[in-house]
Amino acid sequence: MSAPHPDLLTLLAGLAAVLVAASIIGYVLQWRLSPDGSNIVIENLNDRIRAWWVMVILMGLALIGGRMGVTLLFAFCSFAALREFVTLTNTRRADHWALAAAFFIVLPLQYYLIWIGWYGLYSIFIPVYAFLLMPIMAALRGDTDHYLVRIAEVQWALMICVFCASHVPALLSLDIPGYEGRNVLLIAFLVIVVQISDVLQYVWGKLLGRTKIAPKLSPSKTVEGFIGGALSATLIGAGLAWMTPFTPLQAGLLSFVIVLMGFFGGLVMSAIKRDRGVKDWGHMIAGHGGFIDRLDSVVFSAPIFFHLVRYWWSLT
Amino acid sequence: MLAKFVSGLIVGFARFITAVRGNWEGIDPADEQRIYFANHASHGDFVLIWTVLPPRLRRRTRPVAGADYWRKGRLKRFIGQNVFNALLIERHREKRTEDPVALMTAALDEGASLIVFPEGTRNTGDTRLLPFKSGLYHLAMARSSVDLVPVWVENLNRVMPKGEIVPIPLICTVTFGAPLRVGEAEAKQDFIARAEAALLALSPKTTVL
Repeated sequence: MSAPHPDLLTLLAGLAAVLVAASIIGYVLQWRLSPDGSNIVIENLNDRIRAWWVMVILMGLALIGGRMGVTLLFAFCSFAALREFVTLTNTRRADHWALAAAFFIVLPLQYYLIWIGWYGLYSIFIPVYAFLLMPIMAALRGDTDHYLVRIAEVQWALMICVFCASHVPALLSLDIPGYEGRNVLLIAFLVIVVQISDVLQYVWGKLLGRTKIAPKLSPSKTVEGFIGGALSATLIGAGLAWMTPFTPLQAGLLSFVIVLMGFFGGLVMSAIKRDRGVKDWGHMIAGHGGFIDRLDSVVFSAPIFFHLVRYWWSLT
Repeated sequence: MLAKFVSGLIVGFARFITAVRGNWEGIDPADEQRIYFANHASHGDFVLIWTVLPPRLRRRTRPVAGADYWRKGRLKRFIGQNVFNALLIERHREKRTEDPVALMTAALDEGASLIVFPEGTRNTGDTRLLPFKSGLYHLAMARSSVDLVPVWVENLNRVMPKGEIVPIPLICTVTFGAPLRVGEAEAKQDFIARAEAALLALSPKTTVL
C-alpha cells in the first residue's frame, strides 16, 4: 500500500471541516430549540450528522486502504443491502439454494472479479450467468407457485444490491492517462456528489418546498427541493473538478447526470418500499433507516457514471 | 473462558446473518426476574433472544430446551450447558424422572430468568402459532409474582427452514410485549388463550402474495 495521495488528504480534511461545522450547528440547534430532546426534526438531524461521521470515517479509511479497502467496504454494503432487500421479498423454501448462491457465491465472485479488474466478466457475470443459473436452481426444486414473481424479485435484488453497487469499486480499474494512482478520488467524487445532492434536496425542500413531486411515493420530495438541490450539487460537483480528470464544465455535466440518476434511484426504491408497505429498508443506520435507504441513489448513478467515464476517458 | 468465546462467536454470527434488533415494545430491558415465552420456529430462536438481551440480563437468563436434542453429541452438550446454561427438560412423558415445572421453579428460585417455548416443539407449518402446552400455566401458578413476557421472533424460520444447512441472511426482529401474570381465579384455558393472544398480537401482519 502506498501513501495516500495528497489530494485525498485535502479532501478528507475538507469533509471533516464540513462535519465539524454541521455538528456545531446541530448542537446549537438542540441547545436552543430542543434541550429536552422533544423536537423530532432536530433529533433526527443530529442522528443523521452522527451517522455521517461514521460513514465519512469508514469511507475515508476505505479510500486510504485503496483497492482492498474500497472493494471490501462495498462488498459488505452489498451484503447488507441484499439482506435488507431479500427480507422484503416473497421467498419460499424452494428458493433456498438460489438465495444461498446469491449471497455466498454470486456476491463474493462479483467482487473478486472487480478486485482483479476483469471487466469482460464482471460486466456480464450477473446479467448473463447469474440470471440464467438462478432460475434453473429454483426450477429444480419443483415449486412453481408464483415462480415468475419470485425469480424476478431475486434477480432485481442482485441487480440493485450487487451488480450496480459493485460499479463503485470498479472505478478503480479504469485507466485514465495522467490520472494514475488517483482513481480512489473518482469514487470520492461520485459519492460526495450523490450524497451532497440528497442532503441539499432535503435542505432546500425544508426551506422552500411547496409542490410535491411524487406525493404517492415520497411525500418529502418537492419540486423546489429537487431543483435547488440538483443545481447546487451540480455546482459543487463542478467545484470538485480539481480532484478529477475532468474540466470544471465536464465535472458539472457528469455531476448533473449523477444527481438525476440518484434522484430517480431514490424514487424507484421508494416505490418498492410503498409496494411492500414499509417506511425504511432496515434499521442499521440511526436516523437514515437501512443501508438501501442510504445507498439507493449511489446505486443508480454508479453504473452510468462508470460507463460514461470509461467510454470517454479510459484506455481500458 | 472457552464458553465465553464460543458465546461471542455465536452472537456475532447471529448478528452477521440476521442483523437482529430487539423491540422493547411493552416492557423495558430492566434487570428483573422474568419468564420470557416465545414462538418457536427454529433451533436458533433462543440465540436471537439471547443476542438482543443486554449482557447483564443475558447472564441470568436460561433457555429451557428439550433434553433429547441438546444432550445428543458433545458439541451440542457443550453449547447447551456451558455456553447457554440451558435448563434441559425431558419432553417425552414416559422418560421423565423429574417434573419439568418443578425444575423450572427451582431455577427461578435460584434467581434465574427463563426463556420458554410453550408450543413445545418447533412450528414448521403455515400457522403462525401452535396451541400452547399447559406447562406455562402451571409455571405461572407456581411462581405468580414473576412477570411473563411474550416475545415474538420474526423471520428466523425463513433464514433456516427445517432441513436446510446453509442459512440465508435476512433481517430478524425480536419483539417484547407487555408482561402478563395469571389471575387469581383464572381458569387454565383462559390464561393459555390470553397468553397465546398476547404473543400473536406481536407478530407483524405479513403481506402475502
